Amino acid sequence: MALLRVEELATYFFLDEGELRAVDDVTFEVNEGETVALVGESGCGKTIVAMSILDLVPWPGQIVRGKILFRHEDLRRVTREKLRQSRGGEIGMVFQEPGAALNPVYPIGRQMSEVLQLHRGMSRHEADREAVRVLGGVGIPEPEKRVNAYPFELSGGMRQRAVIAIATCTRPRLLIADEPTTALDVTVQAEILDLMRHLQAQYNMATLLITHDLGVVAEMAQRMLVMYTGKLFELGRTQDLFDDPKHPYTQGLLHSVPRLGAGRDDPLTGIPGAVPDLLQLPGGCTFHPRCKLSDEECVDEFPSMRTLPYGRVCACYKVKDR
Amino acid sequence: MSLLQVSGLKTHFPFGSRWFGERSWVRAVDGVDLGLDRGEVLGLVGESGSGKTTLGRSVLRLVEPTDGSVMLDGVDVLKLGRRRLRPLRQRMQIVFQDPYASLSPRLQIRRIIAEPMRLYRLANKHDESAKVEELLESVGLEPYFMQRYPHEMSGGQRQRIAIARALSCEPDLLVADEPVSALDVSVQAQVLGILLRLQRERGIGLLFISHDLSVVERVADRVAVMYLGRIMEEAPVGDLIHGALHPYTQALLSAVPDPDPEYRRERIRLRGELPSPSEPLRGCPFASRCPEAQQVCLDLTPKLEEKKPGQAVACHLR
Repeated sequence: MALLRVEELATYFFLDEGELRAVDDVTFEVNEGETVALVGESGCGKTIVAMSILDLVPWPGQIVRGKILFRHEDLRRVTREKLRQSRGGEIGMVFQEPGAALNPVYPIGRQMSEVLQLHRGMSRHEADREAVRVLGGVGIPEPEKRVNAYPFELSGGMRQRAVIAIATCTRPRLLIADEPTTALDVTVQAEILDLMRHLQAQYNMATLLITHDLGVVAEMAQRMLVMYTGKLFELGRTQDLFDDPKHPYTQGLLHSVPRLGAGRDDPLTGIPGAVPDLLQLPGGCTFHPRCKLSDEECVDEFPSMRTLPYGRVCACYKVKDR
Repeated sequence: MSLLQVSGLKTHFPFGSRWFGERSWVRAVDGVDLGLDRGEVLGLVGESGSGKTTLGRSVLRLVEPTDGSVMLDGVDVLKLGRRRLRPLRQRMQIVFQDPYASLSPRLQIRRIIAEPMRLYRLANKHDESAKVEELLESVGLEPYFMQRYPHEMSGGQRQRIAIARALSCEPDLLVADEPVSALDVSVQAQVLGILLRLQRERGIGLLFISHDLSVVERVADRVAVMYLGRIMEEAPVGDLIHGALHPYTQALLSAVPDPDPEYRRERIRLRGELPSPSEPLRGCPFASRCPEAQQVCLDLTPKLEEKKPGQAVACHLR
C-alpha cells in the first residue's frame, strides 16, 4: 500500500501576467521504504510538487485541485496541528542549499534539539544529548564539539549532513529531498548519497528524491517520474525508463546526458529548441514544438495517460496502450 | 611552438587586515605549467575551490598573477604594460559560466556582438551588420535577434550570444569557464556542439574549464586535473578517463554517478574535504585525503612528471 499518494495535483500561481500552471494534473505514489525520483529540468514544477505536499507553496501560488494522501489521510484536509506534526515529524525535508536551510544564528545542535523537543517530546537536556548522537550518526566527526558549531563554521558537505541529521532525527516515514547534492562537489555528493541510502535502510524510510541529475537517479531510485512544464510525462521503474524510454522527451533527456567513459561514439544529441515559458505554453502536448514525432494529432489537446506494463504510464499520443 | 605556454604560474590573493593581525594569502593557483596548441581543446577539471577559474582568468590577465609566465605565441602576456597588452587581448577571449550575468541587460544583441569589433576596428559602419548577422548565423540564431535584448532570450540563446561575442574579434585562444553548467540539460548538448564546431572551424585553442568529467570527456583532447591550485595529472582524454594514475583523479572518476541503474562504479572513498587553500602547504596537497598517503607525501611536494608517454602525474607513489 502506498505511503504517499498524490492524486491529480494542480498548483497554479496567480500572477499579474496570468495563470501559471506550475503543477498540472500530477498523480503518483511512493511506497513504504521506496525511493522515487522526480526528474525534470528547471521550471518543470518538480520543486512545487514537493512544496505542495508539505503545504509550503509560496504566495501567489495555490493548490487548486487534487489530493495528497499520506498514510490514507488527505494532508489538504487535516487540521493545522496535524499537519504541523507530520511536517518535520513523519515527513522530513532536505533542500538544495544547506546554507539557506539552516538558521545562521543558532548552533546546529540547538536547531536539532528544537526538532527533537517538538516532535519526539524530549526535554531540552535529553534532546541535546540525542543531538550529539544523531550528528555522529550522519558521519560528522567530533559531534560533541560540532553541536556547538554555527553553520558558517561547517563546509558545504558537513552542512548538508547536518540538514539531513535534522530532517531524519525524528525517524520520518518519508523524506523529501529536493536536489540534496546539486550544490556539492562529486566526491562529497557520493558521500551524501551513501549517507542517504544508509539512513533509508536503517529507518525503512521512503524517499521522494527531486533531481535533474540522471546519474543520481540511476544510483538511488527504484522508480522515477519525468516532468516537463508542470505535467507528468512518464512514470515507471527506473530500469525500464533507462532501458526503453517511451516518451520522446524522456528519450531526448537521456540523450542529453554524457555518460563517463562512453567516449565520443555515443552522440550527445540533446533536444532542439528550449524549455517554453510557463506563461506561454504551446497548446496540445506542451512538448510538441520540440518533438521529432509530433504531428497534427499533438497540437490540440494534452494526451491522456497511457498505461503500460509494470505500472508504467506515459503521456504521449505516439505511445500505444498495451 | 605552442599557442599558449603557461609556466610556474602562481596567483595568490591576500586576505585579512593589512594593519591588524596576520596578513594571509589564499594560494588559488600555486605553480601551474601547461601548454595548449592551436586547434586543440584542453579540459581543465577540478572541484570547487581547486583554482580552475582563477587559472583561466590569470591566463587572460583578468586577475593579476603573482608569479610565473604566460606565453602567447612566444610573447609573455604578464610582462606587457596596459597599452601593449591591449592588442593581445583581441586574440584571447572568454565565455563565462552564467549568461544571465555576462551580457549587459541594457544593450541590444547587435551592440553586444559588435562592440569588440568596433574596439579592435575589425568592422566599419558598412559591414558591421553583415558581420553580426554572420556571427549570429554561426551560432544558429536568426538575424532578427539583433534587435533583441538579453532578457528576451533563454539561457541557451544567451550563451550562444556570449560565444558569438567572444568570436567576434577572431581570437586564437578561447577560455570557456563552465560554459554549459548554468543551462538546462536538454540544451547543453546544442551549445556544446556549437562551441566545438566553431573551435574546429576556426582552429582556436580552447581551454575548457568544467567540474563535470563526463562533459570534458566529450570535448577535450587532453585533460588537466587541478586540486588546491596545482595540476595533479595531465593526459590525453582517453588515457585519463580509462587509465588515470593519480589517486585523486581515480577517486574523482569513481565518484561520478553513472546514468545506468545496473552499473555501479567501484568507489574510492576520500576522507574529509578540500583543505583551505590559505593553509601553508607542506608535502602533497592531496595527502590529507589520499587513501594511499605515506610519510614521504607529508614531507615532500611531488612534481608533475611524465610517467607514461603524454601522461604527467604529480605523485610520489606512481
